[in-house]
Amino acid sequence: MTRQRRAALVGNPNAGKSALFNALTGARQKIANYPGVTVERKVGRLVLPSGEPVELVDLPGSYSFDAASPDEEVTRKVVMGEFPGEAKPDALILVLDAANLEQHLVFAQEVIELGVPTVVALNMIDLAERDGLVLDPAALSQALGVPVVPTVAVRRRGLDELAEAIGAAETLAELREHDEPRPHITLPERRLTARNIAKAAILSESAEHRIHAGLDKVLLHPWLGPVILFALLFVMFQAVFAWAAPFADALDAGAGALSGWVIDSLPAGFLRDLLTEGVIAGVGAVVVFLPQIVILFFFILLMEASGYMARAAFVMDRMMASVGLSGKSFIPLLSSFACAIPGIMATRSIADPKDRLTTILIAPLMTCSARLPVYAVVIAAVIPATSVGPGIGLQGLVLFALYVLGIVGAMVVALVLRRSVTKGDASGFIMELPRYQMPAVKDLLIGLWQRAWVFLRRAGTIIFAATVILWLLLTFPKADPGESQVDASFAGQIAGAMHPVFEPIGFNREMTLALVPAMAAREVAVSSLATTYAVDSEDEDATNAALEAKVAALWSLPTALAFLAWFVFAPQCISTIAVARRETNGWKWPLFMVAYLFGLAYLFAGLTYWGAVALGL
Amino acid sequence: MTLEGLSIGQRARIVSVEWDRIAPEDGKRLRALGIDEGARIAIAHRGVFGGRDPIAVLIGRMTVALRRAHAAAMTVEQL
Repeated sequence: MTRQRRAALVGNPNAGKSALFNALTGARQKIANYPGVTVERKVGRLVLPSGEPVELVDLPGSYSFDAASPDEEVTRKVVMGEFPGEAKPDALILVLDAANLEQHLVFAQEVIELGVPTVVALNMIDLAERDGLVLDPAALSQALGVPVVPTVAVRRRGLDELAEAIGAAETLAELREHDEPRPHITLPERRLTARNIAKAAILSESAEHRIHAGLDKVLLHPWLGPVILFALLFVMFQAVFAWAAPFADALDAGAGALSGWVIDSLPAGFLRDLLTEGVIAGVGAVVVFLPQIVILFFFILLMEASGYMARAAFVMDRMMASVGLSGKSFIPLLSSFACAIPGIMATRSIADPKDRLTTILIAPLMTCSARLPVYAVVIAAVIPATSVGPGIGLQGLVLFALYVLGIVGAMVVALVLRRSVTKGDASGFIMELPRYQMPAVKDLLIGLWQRAWVFLRRAGTIIFAATVILWLLLTFPKADPGESQVDASFAGQIAGAMHPVFEPIGFNREMTLALVPAMAAREVAVSSLATTYAVDSEDEDATNAALEAKVAALWSLPTALAFLAWFVFAPQCISTIAVARRETNGWKWPLFMVAYLFGLAYLFAGLTYWGAVALGL
Repeated sequence: MTLEGLSIGQRARIVSVEWDRIAPEDGKRLRALGIDEGARIAIAHRGVFGGRDPIAVLIGRMTVALRRAHAAAMTVEQL
């Protein structure tokens, strides 16, 4: 037997499974999706005390094997060895929240009855102790018939003992193989057993868990709760715009320096132009947004790890219910402000299929960070930097209005969809509110690194390819003397063909041209406008500042406003469409999404343009 | 009385649940969380902005959010 052994982590949601997985495997994890379904598959390597490596799989949290969500379905199939292409795990690590023993022991019985060698990680034992709960792991082990190891994943307590127990559990595998199948046990019976086992394992407990209840009194307060949530969101968006600036400037300067170095070290010609005008200008314009994305995800991960995110969902539920959704949709929609892709992926926790579909369809209306560069350039160019009140600038107000327009649009669309294409009963809202805890720095860093890496990989592939292709299309064929390069190029010809469609809503030809590569990633619209105006003027130092000057000089106010309105609604990103296809298992809904978003974008850009012209702006 | 009518902090036991008034998936989820006949529970929080929805229920050492409509289908007796 040279095959590498496999172990899987199972347990209820909020048992601290992911933190334990991070602690056991370190940062070297592979994240992918299970084929055919949209459930994340996390695999890492655990080294046993004997030196033997074991492949460790982190399975989605489940309340039972009687699957109520796609996540639970995957857990059931993998554990039972029914998932195609997945070998049945040789051992299970069953994670129980020490402070929620009675509830978690219901699923635990189902897992242990499978007969797969199992080790129980009695996790978050420190939080239980903080709540005045004293447990007896030996009694629990005796009642369950499997080894029990007390752990505190975030403090790395009990990890060696756990690894040792896993090694030992594997050798027991043969002994248990011939267990006869057990009779079917009903849920109330399991619950009774769970209560008795928990009672036997709890040595003493105090009635109240004060910190938890005290925080909830404030954070779930009928009036204070929403105020705190909105204040937090305000700080978050402030941070995204303000804190990121120095880092973004540094990255920008770095790209500039790199470009300068290439110009100095390569002879003038095709390769040098391709590298500076195409690759560095295009990819650089996108990588600049890495700090904003990292900051946004920092807040989101912090809210999730501390247990606050579920409270935010609670606070938002009433509002979401008014458009036919539930508080559960709030979490994916909030993530969509960073990027619709993780947002759409986060909808997997929504059990109701119609709820989930509606959330996927409106996620692209949340203003993602990729739209920010477009807004920033156009606003700086055409909106005067005047003040409309103490501390309130007109430019900031316009930016805020664009965000609000996206949110209001999403709410109206959700309302309409829930009464038409995703019609159905109002969805319920059932959600465990996990206990508060101090997030571990390591878990935050691993989470941030994974998000940043996904973003950089995108910049290195899709955005890289789109920029190079656009640059080639803009550079060839070469213009005759006296003719504009943009007019002569392939890209110019494509834009010329598309222009009649966009002319009525006030778009000029450069804007129409920018829409094409912006399908790869919205932020490319900026680099594409920059490239277009740069190629046209043969000005090699086409920075954003120069672009703002061009836009200010060449675009009328109605045209610029129409362009902004377009970007609020337009489904300008192939990755989003691709992820929507994967999550809905087909082309029907992504195509519907693209169609309705283009319709709205065209309509709103048109209304903005005609309205602004009528007002004489 | 129903769980919906229970005042905050009052401990109670669920006597019966009209499962046909609750969507099947929601029912499954509630039972998985232990919210079923015989469970001892209390209401911890109610709604925001003066609305009465949703409700946060204490069961064991767990806090679970659910909707008024779910709570209205559960008959409870005060303890």
